[in-house]
Amino acid sequence: MNTVNERQRDDIEELLPWHAAGTLDHRDMQRVESALAADPELARRYEMVREELAQTIHLNETLGAPSPRAMAALFAKIDAEPARRPRLSAVLMARIGEFFAALSPRTLAWSATAAALAIVLQAGLIAGVLLGEKSPSGYETASAPANVGGPGAYVLIRFQPQANAAAIDHFLETNKLSIVGGPSAGGLYRVRVAAVKLPSDDVDRIVRTLQTDKVVAFIAVSE
Amino acid sequence: MQTTSDEVLIGRIANGDRLAMQVLFARHHVAVYRFVLRMVRNDATAEDVISDVFLDVWRQAGSFAGRSAVSTWLLSIARFKALSALRRRPEAELDEEMAEAIEDHADDPEVALAKKDKGAALRQCLTKLSTEHREIVDLVYYHEKSVEEVAAIVGIPEATVKTRMFYARKKLSELLKERGIDRGWP
Repeated sequence: MNTVNERQRDDIEELLPWHAAGTLDHRDMQRVESALAADPELARRYEMVREELAQTIHLNETLGAPSPRAMAALFAKIDAEPARRPRLSAVLMARIGEFFAALSPRTLAWSATAAALAIVLQAGLIAGVLLGEKSPSGYETASAPANVGGPGAYVLIRFQPQANAAAIDHFLETNKLSIVGGPSAGGLYRVRVAAVKLPSDDVDRIVRTLQTDKVVAFIAVSE
Repeated sequence: MQTTSDEVLIGRIANGDRLAMQVLFARHHVAVYRFVLRMVRNDATAEDVISDVFLDVWRQAGSFAGRSAVSTWLLSIARFKALSALRRRPEAELDEEMAEAIEDHADDPEVALAKKDKGAALRQCLTKLSTEHREIVDLVYYHEKSVEEVAAIVGIPEATVKTRMFYARKKLSELLKERGIDRGWP
């Protein structure tokens, strides 16, 4: 071995199938490409991998497709299943997912900017509340009046833009949360965390727990 | 043109949307069928398995957590169902398959032709791999699954995914060598 030691070559060689299939992350892809450029023997073995890839695709493509019987059997079984009622959270999450999926990159960029501004505004307002500097009229979100959802404990949440509907649904179900309002400007949702009003210490504790979840971009107590 | 994402379809299926189920089926059934067929090696069984796979999707869509791609989820359900189908297969059928796998590879006309056509020989050898090796080769090369996704589908650590793929490829080279094609590796 002239340029790459044995251990490194073994590591890189193990990655060759994924490099050929184009499924490596950027860092590993660059590692493999550098090694291939520097090591002719590794490059020769990579050609074998590419042959295997081509023939595996060829083989699978000759396997044909299932007959219509498979689909007929499936839908006969589905028809025999008991009817189900749509879950409210699933409906909501599906709509959220579809809403985000429909936005163009430019719209998403503007939304992110608006969200950033909303966070700054929100932070200022929260700081104001904490310092006892209450505005004369009090604060409420533009689209979600404070009394939406009836009695209970509430928080405002903005989800991570990359969080998909299923992940958000899972987060809400796991933590027994319900979205009662929103999204307001900046993508904030008003979320009920308890059916009864809780002491502020308890709500703070819930906020600290929820903000560790990967789907949460921003969270604050809502009055 | 924008297509509805698999995740959105799963959300609709969770609400009992039959049309979303048809779209998801149309989108993935051929890939799932081929993955299963390579494992069970029987058309009728593979068709039964895929309708069971999508029935599970219909029933469990509400619990899909979105931690992996929908296609990865489908393949992991398919793998489980295919292995269950293999376990139910009569002993006689398995013996026949075993005999086929260890047949004498003397230079019959087919093998002689394969020597001339390296691609054909490789494809023959791909069908002779064990179920364990076949599935990993297919997942990586045909279904374009990353190390992490293969680990999730097969239920093994990522390091094992890499070594299993390496040994599957090594076995492929040995099978080729038995057919008179020496790749000079391993």
